[in-house]
Amino acid sequence: MKFGVLRFPGSCDEVDAQLAASRVGDAVLLWHGDRDLQGVDAVIVPGGFSYGDYLRAGAIARFSPVMESVIDFAGDGGLVLGICNGFQVLCEAGLLPGALLPNANRRFTFRQVSLEVVEPGTAFTSECEAGERLSIPAKHGSGRFHADEATLDGLESNGQVVLRYDPAENFNGSLRDIAGVRNEAGNVFGLMPHPEHAVDPLTGSTDGLKIFESMRTAAEGARA
Amino acid sequence: MRARVLVRPKEGILDPQGEAVERALPALGFEGVSDVRIGRMVELEIDDPAQLEEISGKLLANPLVEDFEVQLLDEPAQ
Repeated sequence: MKFGVLRFPGSCDEVDAQLAASRVGDAVLLWHGDRDLQGVDAVIVPGGFSYGDYLRAGAIARFSPVMESVIDFAGDGGLVLGICNGFQVLCEAGLLPGALLPNANRRFTFRQVSLEVVEPGTAFTSECEAGERLSIPAKHGSGRFHADEATLDGLESNGQVVLRYDPAENFNGSLRDIAGVRNEAGNVFGLMPHPEHAVDPLTGSTDGLKIFESMRTAAEGARA
Repeated sequence: MRARVLVRPKEGILDPQGEAVERALPALGFEGVSDVRIGRMVELEIDDPAQLEEISGKLLANPLVEDFEVQLLDEPAQ
């Protein structure tokens, strides 16, 4: 299992994502200016502030050369995980529904959040139980998930809402407490909290590892 | 041609930036200000103004959450 982690100018969590993915497989960094995905089995779009987050978070990064390859890769059913800024990039690229707006609390906020696993059967949560709570840190200024009512209804009825914030911890004001969504085909997933920062007992929780382990299970199943 | 694109948060979408400014005004002694909404203004020089709609919809604004308005300006470039 080989993960590829994108690196944009302004990425800052790509090395943590690479280290986290290295716990379950091989992981390489992929430069934003390259189109070659080096034969990876899964792509991770990491957190940070790609291209300075100019205009809107993720708005410029989605037009980078590597993203053209990621869009093709996703179209062919490849696994793509977007974390924080990566989630924003995937929404801007149209690979995921909705948009991420500035936090309702008007602050860049960094805190551990409790996430409910709404959909345990996905390629990104198969190692979780239904209703399980994952303790994972979130740190962002623009994480308020927004989509129109019809889209939100569709996401819920299609099982595309994968993770929700505990309602008491929804500091960014995401509609319907949505913390993570997947696309209709189920091979693209984005979330604002950072599973790559919750993989070592030294820093508290190892719940984030389950996301990477689930991806390995899905990739190995696809290859078998 | 000189052009201006105004980008606004769609109606009904929470605008925390506007709220923060609205709350700051009374501290400066300005009363009676409400419904502050903050967007973005982009000014640019363009050869083919017919492209502005597409440029705005694809990059300058995110049509899921923002409205935009294109204005063509008459004054020549400086």
